[in-house]
Amino acid sequence: MAVVFEKPKALTDKVFHYCPGCTHGIIHRLVAEVIDELGIQGKTVGIASVGCSVMAYDYFDIDMVQAAHGRAPAVATGVKRANPENIVFTYQGDGDLAAIGTAETVHSAARGENITVIFVNNAIYGMTGGQMAPTSLPGQITQTSPYGRDTSKVGFPLKVCELLSNVDGAAYLERVAVNNVKNVKAAKKAIKKAFTYQTEGKGFSLIEVVSTCPTNWGLAPQKALDWLEENMIPYYPLGVYKDKYAQED
Amino acid sequence: MTKNMLIAGFGGQGILFSGKFLAYEGLLEDKSVSWLPSYGPEMRGGTANCSVIISDIPVGSPIVSNPDILMVMNMPSLDKYENAAVKGGQIFIDSALIDRKVTREDVEAYYIPATKLASDEGLTGLANMIMIGFVIKHTGIIPIENIERALAKVVPASKQHLIESNKKAIMLGYGYEG
Amino acid sequence: MSEKVLMKGNEALAEAAIMAGCRHYLGYPITPQTEIAAYMAKRMPKVDGTFLQAESEIAAINMVIGVAAAGKRAMTSSSSPGISLKGEGLSYLAGCDLPAFVVNVQRGGPGLGGIQPSQSDYFQATRGTSHGDYHMLVLAPDSVQEMVSMTFKGFDLADKYRMTVMLLADGTMGQMMEPVSLDMGEVTQYEKPWAVTGTKCERKQNIVNSLFLKPEELERKNFERYEKYKAVEENEVMYEEYMMEDAEICIVAFGIAARISKNAIDMARAKGIKVGMLRPITLWPFPKKELRAVADKVKSFVSVELSMGQLIEDVRLATECTKPVLLCNRTGGMIMTPEEVLAKIEEANEGGKN
Repeated sequence: MAVVFEKPKALTDKVFHYCPGCTHGIIHRLVAEVIDELGIQGKTVGIASVGCSVMAYDYFDIDMVQAAHGRAPAVATGVKRANPENIVFTYQGDGDLAAIGTAETVHSAARGENITVIFVNNAIYGMTGGQMAPTSLPGQITQTSPYGRDTSKVGFPLKVCELLSNVDGAAYLERVAVNNVKNVKAAKKAIKKAFTYQTEGKGFSLIEVVSTCPTNWGLAPQKALDWLEENMIPYYPLGVYKDKYAQED
Repeated sequence: MTKNMLIAGFGGQGILFSGKFLAYEGLLEDKSVSWLPSYGPEMRGGTANCSVIISDIPVGSPIVSNPDILMVMNMPSLDKYENAAVKGGQIFIDSALIDRKVTREDVEAYYIPATKLASDEGLTGLANMIMIGFVIKHTGIIPIENIERALAKVVPASKQHLIESNKKAIMLGYGYEG
Repeated sequence: MSEKVLMKGNEALAEAAIMAGCRHYLGYPITPQTEIAAYMAKRMPKVDGTFLQAESEIAAINMVIGVAAAGKRAMTSSSSPGISLKGEGLSYLAGCDLPAFVVNVQRGGPGLGGIQPSQSDYFQATRGTSHGDYHMLVLAPDSVQEMVSMTFKGFDLADKYRMTVMLLADGTMGQMMEPVSLDMGEVTQYEKPWAVTGTKCERKQNIVNSLFLKPEELERKNFERYEKYKAVEENEVMYEEYMMEDAEICIVAFGIAARISKNAIDMARAKGIKVGMLRPITLWPFPKKELRAVADKVKSFVSVELSMGQLIEDVRLATECTKPVLLCNRTGGMIMTPEEVLAKIEEANEGGKN
């Protein structure tokens, strides 16, 4: 029987613990496919963060470090500086990257650290049970914004790609989504480009993946994808926010 | 024998450098030595001081609170440390910058207009080393013969041309008859 | 032995780190230890090393985690408030069993405190820099020469036991100049098969991790780690005795307080008082057995320290409160004079109670 579909080599056999309809599984797979396609499994080191993907080291079949909350880019900096021949990426959620780890995010970008950041933005704290995130939308109801995010009191969501696009050290920033086949394909292309840039020594890249959290949004998986389409993408428009080397392509 | 010395003045007068020079020469003489500066915001334009100990036995505390030898290059330092000197101690004063005498009678006071001598002799910025020469003369804290080798150690590699003027300043202070 | 040079404690320490094979310094400026960063900024590029000024103490210690996880010798340095910020990373280093070398050139606290010498981070270093069951190996030099030798040894111990070694100095140790020999001998190389260097698709993945959600597993990890700590306690205690042969009073002090105490001991001896000193060089592991033995010989102890009384607790624990322990202390950046220590020795000699 011909094999028509395989698990990427860069994933272990461990079954994902993610909730039904969660897009972490897709994003893990895309990263693993890219690692396979670039033939870099043996030299890639991943940095897991704190959040739902805290145990990413169980899923990626590569060397991994589990970092403290928000500190993944600093740990990645250390790993990369110690062994520049390694391909180093972080995998972080919105609370980790855009709240407690904002300084590490901005400054690793400012340094032009030659690492790749996979930023999963689902506008909520998933692992702790659905609290307001730095990227929660205005009016969004969460456990800690039970009357909806009131921007007059708690301010506005942080748009990470837009923010970093003003940072000279950043080489490549793109926002993608994985809510339909077309977007999944575009997301993989972006992730591959980010890793390729790193292999070429081009510096800091960040791929923001607009994602769902059906469990904490309180929506069925399909409804969550609709909500993403109707609410998230208008606020977080997809596209390339910076590409220092665009003309070379 | 142990000599406890305190050097004090304004930041920028070369207080720390002059102490470092003495300590290095002590080291080259196979003595036990220590050098401890004051540090912090007060250094930026304020007062500076350093403790220098040169001893035949291992140095205990590097902090000199009661100096055998006190060298002061501004009025606030004399006001602050005059009473700290040990009984029978020696106090060296840049009389170009301090217009009062030592009031204590149980110490020996020595006066030299080091800052004026420095500008008169084209040695601007080297009043500290004129003071040091004067101190060496009256204390014998280090021998005068070998000053060049310590200067070579403490003067930064990029400024070795200044060794000669430093030496000249030290000898000027050493030969000063007040 | 190589020629002695006159060096500042902070700079001598930095050079010793380079001699120990450290090629990654990650730090953030804070008085009174910034000379270390400045020295590293100058030296590291000359030895193909990395000097990186991080955006925060927190980032710096996490960069250390990254370098250590990748199998290379890494260090950071700071002063008291900065060490508090590094606390999180120090706990992760312990939880991940990573080697690291961390310097604390202490200043007065709490809060922003002051910038003058202090030893008030004794508890922080020996007890709880951060959360969880763990220890750091804590070295307390009392001279520029020991700043060098303890740094060199510190890197070795860190690799040997896969743990953080903290060098606990203070403003005077960092700022003072003394003659120092940089002749340190050979660096022992340790295999690091656990390091994340990429699998090369030739071995199982390495995971550097401190997350263990199953309590049985986490407990087992902690028990294992404490077996390692036990070995450290058995093999790595370092201390110096000064005039202890016939001593009736024993001073316990480390770092600058020990230097001042030596002067006071000499003064007391001149007066015929039989006093000596046991100076812990390792604050953890603490020379417990040695002090317990001393307690059977002397009539009292004096803990001399630049804090409100932190070391004294270990002295009392080690001596099982069998003899009085007096406290001679200054804090907030103030430093006791030898005369103040002498007065306390005289009090102890006259049978002073704690």
